[in-house]
Amino acid sequence: MSPEYEAVIGVECHVELKTVTKMFCGCANEFGGEPNTKICPVCLGMPGALPVPNEKAIEHVLTAGVAFGAEIPSFSKFDRKNYFYPDMPKDYQISQYDMPLTVGGSVKYWMEDGTLKECRLTRIHLEEDTGKSTHAGSGDGRIAGSSYSLLDFNRAGVPLMECVSEPELHSPQEATAYLESLRRTLLVLGVSDVKMEEGSLRCDANVSVRPVGSSELGTKTEIKNMNSFRSVERAISSEIERQIALIGSGERIVQETRGWDEVHGVTHSMRSKEEAHDYRYFPDPDLVPLEIAQTAVARIAEALPTLPWERFERYTAVYGLGVKPATQLIENLVLAEYFDRVVALSGQPQQSSNFVLGDLSRLANESGVAVADSNVSAEHLAELIDLVETKRVNSKIAKELLTRMWGAGESPAVIVEREGLAQTSDRAAIERFVDEVLAANGELVAAYKAGKSNVAGFLIGQVMKASRGKADPALVNELVRQKLAP
Amino acid sequence: MPQELIERSGADIAADVIAGRASAVEVAAATLAHVASVESNVGAYLTVLSEPALAQAARVDERVRNGERLPLAGVPIAVKDNMCLDGTRTTCGSKILENWVAPYTATAVARMLEAGAVAIGKANCDEFAMGSSCENSALGVTRNPYDSTRVPGGSSGGSAAAVAAYEAAIGLGSDTGGSIREPGAFCNLIGFKPTYGRVSRYGLIAFASSLDQIGPLARTVKDAALAYDAMAGYDVMDATSIDRPVELAAESLRKDLRGLRVGIVREFDTKVLGDDMHRLYNDAYRDLERLGADIVEVSLPTADYGLATYYLIAPAECSSNLARFDGVRYGLRAQGDDVRQMYDNTRAAGFGPEVKRRILVGTYALSSGYYDAYYVRAQKARTLTARDFERAFATCDLIACPAASCPAFQFAAKSDPYSMYLMDYYTIPMSLAGLPALSVPCGWTVPDGGSLPMPIGLQLCAPLFAEKLLLGAAHAYEQATKHAAARQPALSRVSA
Amino acid sequence: MLTDPIDIRYVAKLARLALTEEEIERFGKQLGELLEHVNALKDLDIASVPATAQVVESRNVTREDSLRPCLDRETVLAQAPQRQGPFFRVPRILTE
Repeated sequence: MSPEYEAVIGVECHVELKTVTKMFCGCANEFGGEPNTKICPVCLGMPGALPVPNEKAIEHVLTAGVAFGAEIPSFSKFDRKNYFYPDMPKDYQISQYDMPLTVGGSVKYWMEDGTLKECRLTRIHLEEDTGKSTHAGSGDGRIAGSSYSLLDFNRAGVPLMECVSEPELHSPQEATAYLESLRRTLLVLGVSDVKMEEGSLRCDANVSVRPVGSSELGTKTEIKNMNSFRSVERAISSEIERQIALIGSGERIVQETRGWDEVHGVTHSMRSKEEAHDYRYFPDPDLVPLEIAQTAVARIAEALPTLPWERFERYTAVYGLGVKPATQLIENLVLAEYFDRVVALSGQPQQSSNFVLGDLSRLANESGVAVADSNVSAEHLAELIDLVETKRVNSKIAKELLTRMWGAGESPAVIVEREGLAQTSDRAAIERFVDEVLAANGELVAAYKAGKSNVAGFLIGQVMKASRGKADPALVNELVRQKLAP
Repeated sequence: MPQELIERSGADIAADVIAGRASAVEVAAATLAHVASVESNVGAYLTVLSEPALAQAARVDERVRNGERLPLAGVPIAVKDNMCLDGTRTTCGSKILENWVAPYTATAVARMLEAGAVAIGKANCDEFAMGSSCENSALGVTRNPYDSTRVPGGSSGGSAAAVAAYEAAIGLGSDTGGSIREPGAFCNLIGFKPTYGRVSRYGLIAFASSLDQIGPLARTVKDAALAYDAMAGYDVMDATSIDRPVELAAESLRKDLRGLRVGIVREFDTKVLGDDMHRLYNDAYRDLERLGADIVEVSLPTADYGLATYYLIAPAECSSNLARFDGVRYGLRAQGDDVRQMYDNTRAAGFGPEVKRRILVGTYALSSGYYDAYYVRAQKARTLTARDFERAFATCDLIACPAASCPAFQFAAKSDPYSMYLMDYYTIPMSLAGLPALSVPCGWTVPDGGSLPMPIGLQLCAPLFAEKLLLGAAHAYEQATKHAAARQPALSRVSA
Repeated sequence: MLTDPIDIRYVAKLARLALTEEEIERFGKQLGELLEHVNALKDLDIASVPATAQVVESRNVTREDSLRPCLDRETVLAQAPQRQGPFFRVPRILTE
C-alpha cells in the first residue's frame, strides 16, 4: 500500500446457523441433498403458510452476541425486507431492521506478529437464507449470458446470522485475521460450521481509502463474491490498489458494488448505488416481538466456553508460547482443550505444546486418529512430560515411549519401570560404557587425537547405544570428551 | 324430507346424526342435491366437493358409530376459497390461483372436520378477500339469496350466500375489515369475527396479516358458537394465535341481558342511514334494554379515522403478502423474456383491478420517504382506536351499533372504489382494535328502488377474548326477536 | 403529510405490476383520491403515541428446533409453472 494512504475496511458476514431445522419451519437444515426435498408450505412461501421462529436459532445469535460482549436489547422484532428474486419464495425476506437481537460488541483478533487487536461490531441480526439458483444455458454457469435458471429451495429458510463490523480494519491482513477470529469463535460456540466452501460463512467487504491522518471516510465500494479467506485478502488488496490508483490519477471513486474475479485477480463493477433497492422494511405482522430477559442473557454468559482470543492471550502471555504454535492449537478446539488438560496436569506449557503439536500430531496424522481420541490420555502425556522434566528419561526414550503409548495406551511410568528404561546418570556406570567403547575403537581414538575431532559424535552415539539409550546424553558427552582429551 | 333436513340448524343436524336419526351421508347427499338445484341461481361455490363430501360424511358416520360424540357431526359447511384444504383447488377468487391445488389443510378447517363437519364446497369471495360485495371475484358471480339482483356482501359473500340458501349449515369466512359481519348482515345471518389471534390463520391465504381473522357465518348464534368452539385455540403453526384457554361458548348462551351495560356509540348517528334504518336500530337498542341491559352512551372519538387507518395498514401488508404470487413456484405464469418481465406480466394478468389498487397503495405507503408519513402514522392511529375501545369498555360490557350503513345493494352500484370502502365504516374500528364482534339480524327494510325486503344487521362488539359474553348476549337477542325467521330466501327454492 | 403526486410508474415497478397507460391514469387518479381521504390522519395528534403493529400483546412465540415432515417433491413440482427435472425453472435473470 502506498504510504500516504490508509485503507478503511468493514466486513459483513452471513453465517448459517447450526440447527436441526430451518428458521421458520420444521424442514431439515442440512447442506446439499437432492434438490427440492427439504421443502414445506412455509419455506416454499405457499399461500396461507406462516412462519414460526426456531428458538435455537435465536439462542445461537444471543450466544454469539454475549461472546462478543454485545448489548442484548430487551426488545427485538422481525421485519420484512421486500424485494423480488426467484430464489426468495415469499419475495420478501424475514430479517431484522431497526431492532436487531444484538448491538455493538467486538471481535478480538491477532496478527501474525502476535499483536492483539479489536474490531467493534455494529450489530448481529437474524434472518432467513434464500434458495439456490443455477444459471444455465450459457455454458459457464454464470448469470450473465444464461438463458434460464433452475431453482432449488432446500436452502430457503435456513437460519442466517448477519454480523456487521464497524469500518475499523485497515489492511487486508487485518480483515482476514478478524475473519479468522470470528470463524474460530463461532465454531467454539457451536453456533455454526462456518465453512466458506459450503457457504455457511459468506462475507462481503466495504473498502475505502483516505489520506493518512484524515478522519473523514472516503467513498466506499462493496466487494462481493469472495469464496475463501485467501480471496478476501487478495480482493481487498486489489481494491485498495485500484482506489489509490484512481485517486492518484485525479479520478473519483464511485460508490458501487464490485465483484471479485478470482481468475483475473481484479474486482469489477456489478451495480451502482443509484439503483439501490427500496426494500420497504416493516414489522412482520406474522410474528410477535421478542423480549429477552436479562436472566436468559446471564445464563448464556455463564455457559460460555473459553473464547479463542482468551486462549491466545493465555498461551502467549502466560505460557510463553509462540504465535504460531498458539494459533495452531487454537485452530483445533479439541486439541486445545486436550493441551489445556495436559498443561493443567504437568504445569509445563512449553513441553506440552512441543509434544502435542510435534510427535503427537505426527502420530495423529499418520494414523488418522485425532490426538484427543487416541490412546494417549492427557494424564499419561503429563506423566511423560514429568519423566522428561525430572530427567528420568531422555528425549529419545520419550519419543519411543510415546509411540508405544499411542499403540497400547499404557502409563509411561509403568513401561519405564517394567523395561528398565529410566535414564541413568550413574557416573561410574556410564564411565564403564565409555571405556568399553573407546577400547573397542582404538583407530578412531587415534584419529581424534590426530585432530579429527568429528569422530567424537560417533563415539558418543556408540556409548548411548551401549547403554540402550538410557544414559544421560549430557554426561556421556562430558565423559567421552574428557577421556579423549590428551 | 330432504328440504326439511337441510333447513335444520347445524346443532340440530349434529344431534340427529349423533342420535342416529339421520346419517352424515344422508345430510351430505341432501345438501349436495340442493346445491345442484340452486347453484345456478346463487353461485355460492367455486368448487363443489361432491365426492369428497360424501366420503368425508361416511367417515363421520363411522366415527359416530365408534362412539365419538362429535359436536359438528355431519354438519355441512361452506369453506371460503381463501382457506386451504388438502388436495382441493383453492383460488382466493383470483385468476392467479385459478388452478392451484392446496397441498395442506388450514388449521381452522382441519379443526372443523375433526369436529365432524363435512365440507360441501369452496365458496366464492372477493379476490384475495378484498371487497365488500363479492363482485371482485375473478371466477364467479354470487347472488344474494334474498334478492338475486343484489350482492351477498363480501368478501365472504359465497360462504354467506351458501348458508342463507341452505347450501350449508355453517360457512367459514374471514374478516379483515368486516368481511364476515357485512355479508352476515346482508344475508340475514350471524356473522362472527372472534378476537384477533383466537382462531389460527395457518392455511388462510393472507390479505392483511395483523387484521385477518377466521370466523363462522351461521343461521343461528348457537351454530356460530359451535363452530367457534371447534376452531378457537392456540396453534403451534401460527405465531400470532393466542395461547390462552378458550371458554366454550355454545353451552353457556344467555336468556337475557340482565346485569350487562350496552354502550351505544355517540359518533355513530343512525339518522344518517335514513328513517327506516334509524328506526330499526333504535328498536334494536330498545330490545336490548327490554332484555335487561342498561343502555349507556360511549364515545369512540377516532372512529372517523378508522377507514383512513385501515386503508393504509391493510394495503401495506397486502402488498407484501401478495408478492409471492410471482409465477415461479405455483399458480399462473405469463410469458416474459426474462424473470423481471415474467413477474410483471404474470401479476398484471393474474390480479384484478382492486387487488392491483391495493398493492399499489400499500407499496407506496411503505416506500422510501413515505413510510413514516403513511404507515407509521396509521399504526399510531391504530393505537388511538384501541384506546378508544379500552376507554369505552370501562363503562360498558358490550357495544351495539350498525353492522353496515345500508342493506345489500344492487350489482355495480358501488363502482367507485371509495364508495365500496365506505361499506366497512362500522366494522373497521373493531378490526383495528382486534376485538370480537358479530352481526345479528335486527330487522328488514325495503331499500330505495327495491321491491323485496332485505335484512339488516346489528353489530355487537365485546372486549378482547370476551367471545362467550358476546355470543351469549347475541343469543338472548336473537331468541327474543327472531328477526331472521321472518322471511325465507327467495333463491333457496327457485328450482327446488 | 403528503402533497406529492404518486409516481405510479415507480410504485408499479417496485410491485412488479405491468400497467397499461390506461391503468396508470385510472389507478393514479383513484390512488390520489384515496390518499386525500387518508390525509385526514394528519389531524390526529400522534406525536407521543406508540405505533401498534399487533393488537394482541404476545411475546416470544417460538417453536422447538425439531423436525416436521416435508412435502413430497413431485406433488410440489407438479404445480410448478415450469420445471426441469427436480428443479423449478424460470426465464433468465438479468442482473441490474
